[in-house]
This record gives sequence, C-alpha cells and structure tokens, in this order.
Amino acid sequence: MDKTKRDLRTAGEEDLDARQERSVQGLTRLVVASLLAVVFVGLALVILALPTEAPGLADQVDAALVDTGVTHPVTAVLLDFRGYDTLLEMVVLLLALAGVWSLAEGSPRTDHRPGVMLDRLTRLYAPLMLMIAGYLLWVGSTAPGGAFQAGAVLGAAGVVLTLTGWRLPRRLAGWPLRLLLVSGVLVFIAAGLVGLGFDRVWLDYPPPWSGALILLIETVASVAIGVTLAALFLGGHPEQTP
Amino acid sequence: MTPAIIYALTGLGLFVLGLYALIMRAHLLRKILGFNVMGSGVFLVLAGLGQRTPMGGPDPVPQAMVITGIVVAVAATALALSLMLRVVAATGRARLPDPHHD
Repeated sequence: MDKTKRDLRTAGEEDLDARQERSVQGLTRLVVASLLAVVFVGLALVILALPTEAPGLADQVDAALVDTGVTHPVTAVLLDFRGYDTLLEMVVLLLALAGVWSLAEGSPRTDHRPGVMLDRLTRLYAPLMLMIAGYLLWVGSTAPGGAFQAGAVLGAAGVVLTLTGWRLPRRLAGWPLRLLLVSGVLVFIAAGLVGLGFDRVWLDYPPPWSGALILLIETVASVAIGVTLAALFLGGHPEQTP
Repeated sequence: MTPAIIYALTGLGLFVLGLYALIMRAHLLRKILGFNVMGSGVFLVLAGLGQRTPMGGPDPVPQAMVITGIVVAVAATALALSLMLRVVAATGRARLPDPHHD
C-alpha cells in the first residue's frame, strides 16, 4: 500500500486494524515463545544429563604437544592438529570479503572530519594497538593469544583509523591490498607443503621446523586477518571509496 | 550445578533468546543481532562444556573451535550487514514485507 492511501485512511480504520494486528501478533508471539521454551527445556535436559566430568581431548593434546614446537595447547590445536580447519576459516573470511565487495554499491559511506579529541586519541591509540597486536602474536606460542587475537586487534586499529578519516593511499588499494589479503592463506598452504618434503602429509609439519613454521603462519595470518576484518567493516570497494 | 553447567545453560538461554528475535522481529538489523546472540550462546555452551575436565583446566579443542567460530561469525555478520544495506538501497526500508500492511 502506498503512502498517500495510508494517509487517507480514517483514524477509526487504523485503530481497528492495529487492534486486530496486535491480537494476531500476540498469538504468534505466544506460540513461538512456547515452542522455544520446549526447545530450551529439551536441550537443558540434555546438558544436565551429561556427565559432570569429561576428559575431552585434553590428554591427547598434551601428549602430542612436544611435536608441535609450541607450548600453548590452543595454538597447537589451531595451527597444527586442526590446521585444515583454520586454513579453510581464513578462506571463509576471504569469501565473505568477496561477497561484501560485490555488494559494494549498496553501502555508501559519508565522510566527516573527527573532532580534535578523537583525532588526538586515535594518534595515541593506534601505535599502542599495533604493539598489543604484536605482543598477542608473540605470546601465542606459550600463553593465550595468537594470530586471531592479534588480527582482531589489528582490524580494530584499522577500523578506528578509518573512522577518524584515514584512507588507504590509492596506489596501495589495488593489487598490494589484495596480495596482503590472500597472503595468510598462501603462506599457510606453502608451509603445509614443507611437510611433503619430509615424507609427511600436507599440513603435517616436520617436528624440528614446526615451531618456526607455526610462528611464520601466525605472523602473516594475523596481518591478513586484521586487514580482512578492517576491509569487511569498511564495506565498499577500496578503489571506489574517496 | 557446576560452573560448566551454569555456563552451558546460560549459553542455551542466549541461543533461544536470539532465535526468538530472529523469528519474531521484522527489522533486518534486529534479525542480524539475534543471529549474533544465538552464535554467542553456542560459543558459551562449547566453552562451558569444555571445562569439565578432571584436572579443571579447559579442553583446548573446543576453545580452538570457538576462536574459529567467532571469526567466521564476524565475517558472516559483515556480509549480512552489507546485504541489509543493499536491501535498504533497493526497497528503501530495512524490514521484511509485512503481510498485514501490504
């Protein structure tokens, strides 16, 4: 129904419509809520029926940790035991970015200058965020941290910089940006191939090289993830943005 | 009622709340938000249930899966938001068509 027609309706009609609509909505709401309550109770019973102690895979991970060259189990799982998973996850990031870029014309972005306060704060924060990202990356092999955490901080730094008016120089927005975006996946695949030379399967790193390979993958991947996340936030094609 | 179970039940509650918003809200941004709340609920269930080791330390495998999941959820949200912006550009509104109005 177009706007003029809606304007022409009398107040009484609208009132009746609204009342009917409310009762229909109230009924739908009740049905959906009770169905979801059933879902909640069913799943809650399943959770409560689980044993209170389950070793999971922690023992197997601990036993195999010496072969990986890192001492933090989550990093070992991410980049060694479940390396395939992590590699494909980075491909998912690139696919999402390809989707966002192909929808680019739908997301116009308005430019406005930041205030003095925001400008100063960003100048203060941006180097600090880079340093924190570097720390998270380095500490990932022995403690909580790693490529994704560092990438998230880098991405946030990129978002903050962009919100305060910084733009990627146009000459870097073409293939240098794309190379940076795919570098994580490329290095991951290349590092996986190293195992083939040592009579191992793909993505099975030879033990003496494992720690170094994981650090190499993580370093390149955190930059690639950071740039991808920032580009996802910006939405539009880098070449088309002013 | 161990902490692991409390986390898992809280996550379950978030999942159901998000699902409710996803079904009931006509505004696309609210649907995307509901979808995100659902995802957070799933992560909380995974991380919570991964705590039930005899030693008390967390099981690293669910934790790694949650990290993977968070990054994928962020990427999916960005894609959903640009789809929403495209819908707004094409139709002029960010809601699904409402049968009671059209």
